[in-house]
Amino acid sequence: MREITYAEAVREALRQAMEADDRVFLIGEDVGVYGGAFGVSAGLVDQFGTERIIDTPISEAGIAGAITGAAMTGMRPVGEIQFMDFVTLSMEQLVLQAAKIRYMFGGKATVPFVLRMPGGAGTGAAAQHSESLESWFVHVPGLKVVAPSTPYDAKGLLLAAIQDDNPVIFVEHKLLYKQKGPVPEEMYTIPLGQSNVVRQGQHLTVVATSVMVSRALEAGKQLAEEGIELEVIDPRTLKPMDCGPIVESVKKTGRLLVVHEAVRTGGFGGEIVASVAESEAFDYLEAPIRRLAARDIPVPYNKKLEAAMIPQIEDIVAEARRLVKGEY
Amino acid sequence: MSDLNNRLSPAAGTDAALREIKPEILERMLEQMMTIRAFEEKAEELYALGKVHGTMHLSIGQEATAVGASNALRETDYLLNHHRGHGHLIAWGSDVNKMMAEFLGKETGYCRGRGGSMHIADVSKNNLGANGIVAGGLPLAVGVGLSIKMRKTDQVVMVIFGDGATNEGAFHESLNMASIWDLPVVYLLENNQYAMSMSVKRAFKIERLSDRACAYGIPGVTVDGNDPIAVYQAVSEAAERARRREGPTLVESVTYRWRGHSKSDRQAYRTREEVKEWMARDPIPTFGARLGKSEEEMARLRAEAVKRIEEAVAFAEASPEPDVSTIEDGVYA
Ligand SMILES: Cc1ncc(C[n+]2csc(CCOP(=O)(O)OP(=O)(O)O)c2C)c(N)n1
Ligand SMILES: [Mg+2]
Repeated sequence: MREITYAEAVREALRQAMEADDRVFLIGEDVGVYGGAFGVSAGLVDQFGTERIIDTPISEAGIAGAITGAAMTGMRPVGEIQFMDFVTLSMEQLVLQAAKIRYMFGGKATVPFVLRMPGGAGTGAAAQHSESLESWFVHVPGLKVVAPSTPYDAKGLLLAAIQDDNPVIFVEHKLLYKQKGPVPEEMYTIPLGQSNVVRQGQHLTVVATSVMVSRALEAGKQLAEEGIELEVIDPRTLKPMDCGPIVESVKKTGRLLVVHEAVRTGGFGGEIVASVAESEAFDYLEAPIRRLAARDIPVPYNKKLEAAMIPQIEDIVAEARRLVKGEY
Repeated sequence: MSDLNNRLSPAAGTDAALREIKPEILERMLEQMMTIRAFEEKAEELYALGKVHGTMHLSIGQEATAVGASNALRETDYLLNHHRGHGHLIAWGSDVNKMMAEFLGKETGYCRGRGGSMHIADVSKNNLGANGIVAGGLPLAVGVGLSIKMRKTDQVVMVIFGDGATNEGAFHESLNMASIWDLPVVYLLENNQYAMSMSVKRAFKIERLSDRACAYGIPGVTVDGNDPIAVYQAVSEAAERARRREGPTLVESVTYRWRGHSKSDRQAYRTREEVKEWMARDPIPTFGARLGKSEEEMARLRAEAVKRIEEAVAFAEASPEPDVSTIEDGVYA
């Protein structure tokens, strides 16, 4: 199959969705002639014009409100927040308006939008441009949260998110944009709320999200040489989360390691851990459940500090080895 | 550019205004402009050499605004600025060694390598920090102004922000609060005509951004941001008004960003001709000529600035990186 980058996969999904449905449009800062801060929407304005690829002033609350209002009245907007950090300026419209409108109105309104945003560190962009805030949205009933880890998932999940009748927070990752992978040319969807077992193994279940999926896979490769086989699961959709495959896997391996980039305290990992602890898999556990996440600090600028804050491949290898060798 | 003259407030930056400024301040402003230019050119070079992990926003072409504004204030006043802030900081009197060390992520930098180019601060010198969030400094200025008022000092706070920041909701909340409480805030809107790819022509329905002041019942002036005298004069008047407890002023300083927004910018949103037209109005030789500097004097000043920056790079490169064992320092007091 043809290989394209994660950014190209997102762009292709946007293009195909806009070709197929006049109600779909893209709105955000510098999404037009600039092509988005990370080049994701490059060229789309040439095809669709400024009526459907809309540059906004720097007004994140306005963007969130614009997609909510348009979605309530028959459009299917895709918004872009330039860096996930800036969604903090959109929070009222997202959390108190978009997420709740349907329920407050007795189920009589729909708010079908997607709000895309790149999260994550690793580029030296420091504390105000490197956040991973996905668990904030997971905490809000009414929102769905998606975090693709491959080009294939990015395209299929984005097309599904655009077709979904709910507000969907679509979390991309800066470090993944240039990553290549096989992606079908035709339109396809990956249903929201389906975990993906990306590697099979019998010794330890590793649940990883976003950029941590490829790091967990690399760790799995290295550990296989020592005879340790990881089973790596990517939830892909954080809300609603599909816990079934995780529970089944833990019943098989008896061990669970959760890896994410967001800071540890209050991170999404706690939700996975709690779900497994509450499930029938509890009786199968042979070791304490462990989490690997970023330290509880703002993202530092210095490259060494930045790397030291966030789980790297060698951290996953070391932690997995300790778990499997019964060191906890 | 021709339409700029129609927007300018009268009598800013005249020769009469120049004669009222102490000669040593004029000299300092010219020197600082040279230092800013040299710092930015060096930053660009270091970036191109792959020595910088991160991003940067260069203020080449905007030096006059930085030096005109900072020199109009006192050492005891406060500064809040933004992501394109190297120039503001140099004009504020920051140590270029510590700035360069911060840019290279070193322990000896202003923020011990934790902040980087976008977050340089020097709280001991009342520089409350650059900001990575567009308009992030505007609400903070209300708090600083309120504190000055409550502590009954004669300080003022200057907050520098871009044309792009002017379209965040925070702009409105900040100007309204500062004006209803007559807070000693100088709002310096550095209009370099673009917010990334967004031209002010597309982002505003008004031409003169300082017209927004009338919505808050405060004065709004627009000055030629490539003329340090005009900026100095406008900010001085705004600061005096603030010290008299008469409230804030919105000063719009119209200038132009010569370089791309950041390093990844292909600049497809503007023409080369437009950039060239503004580069022909280079504020540094223009100001040098106004001060009667000869070619030789200008060349000497330039060489001195380059030397200062070379020394800063040497200091930064010889400095240690932060130790990973200190990574959790400073999250809480
Ligand atoms: C809240 C927020 N939104 C978007 C950005 C991304 N961004 C950084 S600078 C910038 C343009 C700012 O334009 P302006 O305020 O005019 O300042 P300039 O860059 O022109 O100096 C943008 C969109 C940001 N840092 N913060
Ligand atoms: Mg600007």
